[in-house]
Amino acid sequence: MFEIKNLSVNYGGIEAVRDISLSVPEGSIVTLIGANGAGKSTTLRTIAGLVKPRSGRIEFMGEDITGKDPAYIVGKGITLVPEGRRIFPDLTVLENLKIGAYLRSDSIEDDIEWVYSLFPRLKERSWQYGGTLSGGEQQMLAVGRALMSKPRLMMMDEPSLGLAPLVVRDIFSIIRKINEEGVTILLIEQNANMALQTADTGYVMETGRITLSGKGSDLITDEGVRKAYLGG
Amino acid sequence: MDKEKRNHLIRLFVAIALVYGMVAVLEATLRPTSIVFTVLRKGAIYSLVAVSMNLLNGFTGLFSLGQAGFMLLGAYTYAILTMPTAVKESDRVYRYYDCIVHFDTGVIVGLIAAGLVAALFAFLIGLPVLRLKSDYLAIATLGFAEIIRAIFQWDVLGPLTNGANLLREFKDLSRITLPFSDIPFPPTLFVFIVVGICILLIVLLINSTYGRAFKAIRDDEIAAEAMGISLFRHKELSFVISSFFAGVSGALLAMFQYTVQAQQFRTVLTYELLLIVVIGGIGSISGSCIASFLYIALSEWWLRGLDMGRFLGIDAPDLFRSGFRRLVFSVIIMVIVLFFSRGIMGDKELSFERFKDGMKGMKARLARTKEVKG
Repeated sequence: MFEIKNLSVNYGGIEAVRDISLSVPEGSIVTLIGANGAGKSTTLRTIAGLVKPRSGRIEFMGEDITGKDPAYIVGKGITLVPEGRRIFPDLTVLENLKIGAYLRSDSIEDDIEWVYSLFPRLKERSWQYGGTLSGGEQQMLAVGRALMSKPRLMMMDEPSLGLAPLVVRDIFSIIRKINEEGVTILLIEQNANMALQTADTGYVMETGRITLSGKGSDLITDEGVRKAYLGG
Repeated sequence: MDKEKRNHLIRLFVAIALVYGMVAVLEATLRPTSIVFTVLRKGAIYSLVAVSMNLLNGFTGLFSLGQAGFMLLGAYTYAILTMPTAVKESDRVYRYYDCIVHFDTGVIVGLIAAGLVAALFAFLIGLPVLRLKSDYLAIATLGFAEIIRAIFQWDVLGPLTNGANLLREFKDLSRITLPFSDIPFPPTLFVFIVVGICILLIVLLINSTYGRAFKAIRDDEIAAEAMGISLFRHKELSFVISSFFAGVSGALLAMFQYTVQAQQFRTVLTYELLLIVVIGGIGSISGSCIASFLYIALSEWWLRGLDMGRFLGIDAPDLFRSGFRRLVFSVIIMVIVLFFSRGIMGDKELSFERFKDGMKGMKARLARTKEVKG
């Protein structure tokens, strides 16, 4: 459904992504793990159209979307939950959700109810400003906002960043639930353990290259991955 | 629509109707030369341009300082278009040049054209300039306003702009009439109606999907872009609309002053407006309006005695001399900025609920102090 072929990206003067290829089958959860600065975020930002690639090809539902504008890519059904949540602090929770549906012209009432049913906390706080939410609630809002564009592929950049372990568990169970409702998920994480447990397929990225790939359950037992990312 | 919202709207309409009724009554009873009208008219005009500046600075997060330039464009467009052809062809105004515009239009057409010309220039300037960020955008727009002012005084454009000379005898506030008649229209009411319509349009825009997108861009550009909001298109839209209303207010200012000259649209004008926006609260429409009227009332009326030798019943011609008003005024502004660092209104709007809450809070505080004392 989604495929990257030989993608290279220069970012901030360095070659952040070097000739990577990966594919995301429809209905799956795929994770990209790796250390800080491995090029994971740059990869997602390139897919979202925020950064232009140097070479390579990005395909979605058989269409070449390499180097297209973010608006076009969101319109096609790919959405990004950015790193550090980046909710709009001076807009209310409801307004944040509506912004997520910005490109849609059809009725969004049902989807707002759907997001509220996934995150009842957001419903309670729908008139509160985004900036007044707790970290976990902000992450819920960022996910809910992304879902409002009715994505077929949702990309998540470090959803566990800066959250308490219990909250992280909640977020990952929500990710599974969203996936069961038919949304394909591409997840990047430093919390490799949690990510690999959740994902069907995993890719390991190091200094811009993909060095390892396989089933999530296989990678979690892999000697090299255990040493590098799971603490021995 | 739920009941609370409807009640809110009804109260809003009643309040607005009261304001307009008050203006009409004042205009029917007071001397037309009364200072009250100067304050009301200029305050209303400044409200419009301050709100338009707030749309850009407060709601879209674009720090632009080009307001004086767009007002100049609006003022000139209006003056040139509505000056009667007979006046243009005589040498009463265009003494050294032959005016190349051989037609004239009505007031409404003139006002709309003033906005459109300013908007067109904003569109063209926005193409390169809106790719700049924060301070650089401010410098570029400031530069534009200065360049426009110089160009309009240029000899070569004399047949259009009358060079550095005054434009007058166009349809100013003393010459507006009811449509299709010679009955004069109350000038202050006219300003209030035009300003009211324009601010209403801006409020509707801010509360629309576009307005939400503007605010999203202000809050976080990257997240907004990731949501599929085209940054450049929305910035350009906000810039063009803001400039349209700056152009209209420039035309109103020309009507108010009876004359137009490029010299009137210096950078100081933009700074005055910036001050009003900051004092009123960045991101608050009602704040901008309140601050405009306060600012104009202070500088044109209440502190006038400081320049004239007699203030609050104190005669001190040696101290209260020309220029002393500016000094006191600066101190007042400093105090406001120090103690209301987010402006009078912050980013909130004036509402009855807020007023009621405020009263309740005060009562509670009073009750508490009584308890403590008791």
